[in-house]
Amino acid sequence: MKNRAFVIETDQLTKRFGNFTAVDHISFRVAEGEIFGFLGANGAGKTTAMRMLCGLSIPSSGQATVAGYDIYKESEQIKRHIGYMSQKFSLYGNLKVWENIRLFGGIYGLPAKRLADKTEELLHTLGLEKERETLVDALPLGWKQKLAFSVAIIHEPKIVFLDEPTGGVDPVTRRQFWELIYEAAARQITVFVTTHYMDEAEYCDRVSIMVDGRIDALDSPAALKQNYGVTTMNEVFQALARKATREE
Amino acid sequence: MLRYLLEKEFKQIRRDAILPRIIFLLPVLQLLILPFAANFEMRNINLGIVDQDQSLTSRRLTDKVLSSGYFRLSDVAPSYDEALQRIENNTTDILLEIPSGFERDLGREAEVEVLIAANAVNGTKGGMGSAYLTQIIEQFNAERQGLATVSRVMPRFLFNPHLNYKNYMVPGILVFLITIISGFLTALNIVSEKERGTIEQINVTPIPKALFLLSKLIPFWIIGFILLTIGILITWIVYGLTPLGSFGVIYLFSAIYVIAFTGMGLAISSISSNQQQAMYTAFFFLIIFALLSGLFTPVSSMPPWAQTLTLFNPVRYFVEVMRMVYLKGSTLSDLSGYFGAVCLFAIAFNALAVISYRKKE
Amino acid sequence: MKQFISFIQKEFYHIFRDGRTLFILLAMPIVLLILFGYAITTEIKMAPVTILDYSRDAVTRSIADRLMASEYFELYRYSENQDDVQALFRQGKAKLAIVFPPHFADDRDSRVQILADATDPNEATQLASYAAAIIQAELWEEQRIEMTTLADGGRVTPVTHLLYNPQMKGAYNFVPGVMGLILILICALMTSVGIVREKEMGTMEVLLVSPLKPLSIIVAKAIPYLLVSMVNVATILMLSYFLLEVPIVGSLTLLIGISILYALVALSLGLFISTVTQTQQAAMLISALVLMLPVILLSGMVFPVENMPRLLQWFSHIVPAKWYIIAVKDVMIKGVPLSGVLKEVGILLFMAFFILVLSVKRFKTRLE
Repeated sequence: MKNRAFVIETDQLTKRFGNFTAVDHISFRVAEGEIFGFLGANGAGKTTAMRMLCGLSIPSSGQATVAGYDIYKESEQIKRHIGYMSQKFSLYGNLKVWENIRLFGGIYGLPAKRLADKTEELLHTLGLEKERETLVDALPLGWKQKLAFSVAIIHEPKIVFLDEPTGGVDPVTRRQFWELIYEAAARQITVFVTTHYMDEAEYCDRVSIMVDGRIDALDSPAALKQNYGVTTMNEVFQALARKATREE
Repeated sequence: MLRYLLEKEFKQIRRDAILPRIIFLLPVLQLLILPFAANFEMRNINLGIVDQDQSLTSRRLTDKVLSSGYFRLSDVAPSYDEALQRIENNTTDILLEIPSGFERDLGREAEVEVLIAANAVNGTKGGMGSAYLTQIIEQFNAERQGLATVSRVMPRFLFNPHLNYKNYMVPGILVFLITIISGFLTALNIVSEKERGTIEQINVTPIPKALFLLSKLIPFWIIGFILLTIGILITWIVYGLTPLGSFGVIYLFSAIYVIAFTGMGLAISSISSNQQQAMYTAFFFLIIFALLSGLFTPVSSMPPWAQTLTLFNPVRYFVEVMRMVYLKGSTLSDLSGYFGAVCLFAIAFNALAVISYRKKE
Repeated sequence: MKQFISFIQKEFYHIFRDGRTLFILLAMPIVLLILFGYAITTEIKMAPVTILDYSRDAVTRSIADRLMASEYFELYRYSENQDDVQALFRQGKAKLAIVFPPHFADDRDSRVQILADATDPNEATQLASYAAAIIQAELWEEQRIEMTTLADGGRVTPVTHLLYNPQMKGAYNFVPGVMGLILILICALMTSVGIVREKEMGTMEVLLVSPLKPLSIIVAKAIPYLLVSMVNVATILMLSYFLLEVPIVGSLTLLIGISILYALVALSLGLFISTVTQTQQAAMLISALVLMLPVILLSGMVFPVENMPRLLQWFSHIVPAKWYIIAVKDVMIKGVPLSGVLKEVGILLFMAFFILVLSVKRFKTRLE
């Protein structure tokens, strides 16, 4: 890991809303190709932190670079090199499956020929060939999530940010989703993912755990379990989350 | 990039459950109903007559009034007070009292007064009724004194010689139509993406915000043109009205006007956090714009402060332009001031839209 | 009951948190009253006039002076020739042109022409008749100075009295209309959009699985809007009484009672629309088209209903605002007691009941 480049680096990154400090001086680094789990209870500040890194929210103080670009001055450059899948499911429900792929491929400037090939390839790998003419609203949630993820990395970004990507689906569907994540990571796409599910935390290379806007722990799942003398990530999480004073 | 965004907007509009229907229904409905309803034209004004002279001359005057077509005899009362009673219970709108000795005095005196009393609770009706009556009495004077002196005053009505009120209303309603669609629907557009959350996905892509706004503006621009064309066709088929001036002027002005209003709608959309808020904000401005546009009542009748406000109202300019091109055949050079004004609005509103749309918080 | 009250609190919170919407809702009646009260009038004043004078003698000058001395006209400028006059018309700079032929003072047969821009026929008719009267009067005086005896007697001069409303203020007419419009706007439009919004966001499901009965949910949604609309009625009445000087002759209690009844009709209409639409945009467009436009057009607030085609007049009978406005005018301006407006109240009661039953039925079937 030492000889790998870092694609996300933050230093004392902070976001305040009035008197409320949502994200409180967080510093961490994420290496290229890593699957980085970003954990925390509801309201711990995960989404706010992620939105700052994606250039959707301006930090109150602190420094950060994403894909080598400064998040204050070069947020538009950052946007060329990242993918994002928000908590709120964010494909266009009244567009068909292939139309969504075409739209986002087009937005990221894929040439027409390549876009057509990519569309077919995506439909094939997702097993959605029969649903190409279906409105996205009509798809089951699990399929929507897979499609949203595939669309988020259609332009082969350096990093993809996933905000609770698997909420509300069964474990089998979640597992299938993680297959897609592994495939992306194998292509050297860094995956930055927030989640509620502790079994998913086990799949990550490293995880950070946020409590009340601060990062209280950051290491590989194995190391964390060892440090806390427990056998599951769930127990690690419980031990840390108990300290939280902030309510949702 | 723009191409893909435009594809998306058009597909979304086409798949919307009500939007396409509204776009076609609205002009038909408005153009068929509004001109009939929005009518100040006064016919059948209920007239009460108090003729205390009962002479040949007084009867000639009342006959002339009644044959004018504006009035309907509702009451012949022996006294003013009794006739007034009928005004109070709303069966008479206006009354004409001819004093006793009317005929005799006309032969002796230079001027003989008759009394017109109008129920002015409805100011328009009272005003129009007494204007018609005055006009008829003027003609009566003229006839009595023989042609020589009389017809030294000759009124002529230009541009709308049959005094058809619909010719006046229809071009104005065309403007109203385009305004509602371009202003209202765009105001709801971006904010509905906010509510659904799809805007996030757009904001995290490298699309420049002006380009995104352009992809919202162009579809409504085209819809505006389609609407205008439908409206012009209905106007021609139903009311037999075609512009005296050139279509080019109308379309050119509309093109800039729609850009202005779409810009305003997009600005409202950007500063609103939900559709309800956007809708009320748009509604608030549109109702003020409509009332201060001269669409229903003349701008020159407004008090000075309101006239000043109309200078900042794009609707006012377009209503005037549309009426002038339709009825007077005004040309591009006649309307240069209006074009200047609407260009300023287009620039200002769209600048506002670009400034108020934020990709990040 | 506790849940019910906390639910109403939630609805209030929802309205008050959105400062801009609240501001617009409260400011709207004030803006409307001021615009209708002062700006929306067909009274003629200071219409721009151009004069084309080929004669330029004492008579034409005194006619021009007399015209401009009246409050109706204002000289835009003198014109050089016919083309100039046409250009001024085409540019919308003049509404009336007075054309004097050469040797007007000397030639008894020459005629003065009043050219009116009849784009707006009403305004043109009034302007032309005012101008004709003024010119005629001036000519008459000129003639009288010259002639000692009159050929065939004098002329008839009308003396005009505008009763009840000498300034021709439209307030008596539009105050009830504005009330009818605002109540529809708030009660029907806001309720329908508010309910559909919860449907669209998926929060309606959450409410429906709560122990609250569907009817209580609806009632709780309606109460804040009812209150806001009553604040508006109070604002309108106070503004019209103190600022526009419209008297309130009849019983205030009766007036407010009728307003609440009408607000109920509007609320049930809003509820009904929410049961037939899926999106906020649809709810809004339908409310605006089906409810607001008829109120503005067919209630007699701006345009006289009696001049409309029969079909529209019949249609106006099913517009609740029409009955409300008649009742308000009778109570407020004429001081009619309840017994005088029984018909209107009865119709409104029937409408409220009918629409409410219909929409609650639809609301329930949608759930099953």
